[in-house]
Amino acid sequence: MSILNSFQVAGSALTAQSLRLNAVASNLANADSVVGSDGKPYRAKQVVFAATPMGHPAAQGVRVTQVVEDSSPGRLVYDPRNPAANERGYVTMPNVNVVEEMTNMISAARSYQTNVEVMNTARQLLLRTLTLGQ
Amino acid sequence: MVNKLDNALWFQQQTLNLRAYRQQVLAANIANADTPHYQARDLDFSSALQAAVAGRGEGGLALARTAPRHLATAVSADPTFLKYRQPTQASADGNTVEMDVERAQFADNSLHYEAGLTFITHQIRSLLTALQGQ
Repeated sequence: MSILNSFQVAGSALTAQSLRLNAVASNLANADSVVGSDGKPYRAKQVVFAATPMGHPAAQGVRVTQVVEDSSPGRLVYDPRNPAANERGYVTMPNVNVVEEMTNMISAARSYQTNVEVMNTARQLLLRTLTLGQ
Repeated sequence: MVNKLDNALWFQQQTLNLRAYRQQVLAANIANADTPHYQARDLDFSSALQAAVAGRGEGGLALARTAPRHLATAVSADPTFLKYRQPTQASADGNTVEMDVERAQFADNSLHYEAGLTFITHQIRSLLTALQGQ
């Protein structure tokens, strides 16, 4: 039944978008973490989406293939009293772009909502099909 | 007698199958709205339905084969009628999903699916009326 595949496809998108939302939450929470667990400043994390067939070639779901760390340099802030400051008094802050993360968050939330609606529609159609002929 | 009943409902059955198939394709497009390089696809519905009607006797739509010993049917609607969408505003990451188009088509398709269900229900009701003869 093709409509059942819609559940799988929309479900995979929900998983992927929630993972993206988790990455955004992690980035925003650590926007000022000058020292991470490895002793270096926190690096922004981004998820990579890829289409993946689910049960049928036409039903392409989404999968997070990897979580990459942003390699761009962190911004330097002059703060000589900070223990993490270098010899010239600059602290390397995380390379999290807060504006980018906020737009990423809105985009993920919208996509999540849309896929929930897809699931609701598929559910409604299936329920109507079950009452066929009555 | 039974094949007459089958004949009465056969066309609507094909329509519903194709609508369900298209629903799955559109769900895949919506799920992959944020996947880089994903190419949106859609079913050429009228050609697929014409082929399904013309292919009657040879099996019409392909049956799902979930085990290697299942018999293959002659005509397969899957790859031929799936076309790539021409984007009006392609995005920078090579993704051709336009959410407004997809949402409109998704709503349109679910409406047509429900219409198909209503047609079948009414056909069954008129057959029942004929059978009861009251």
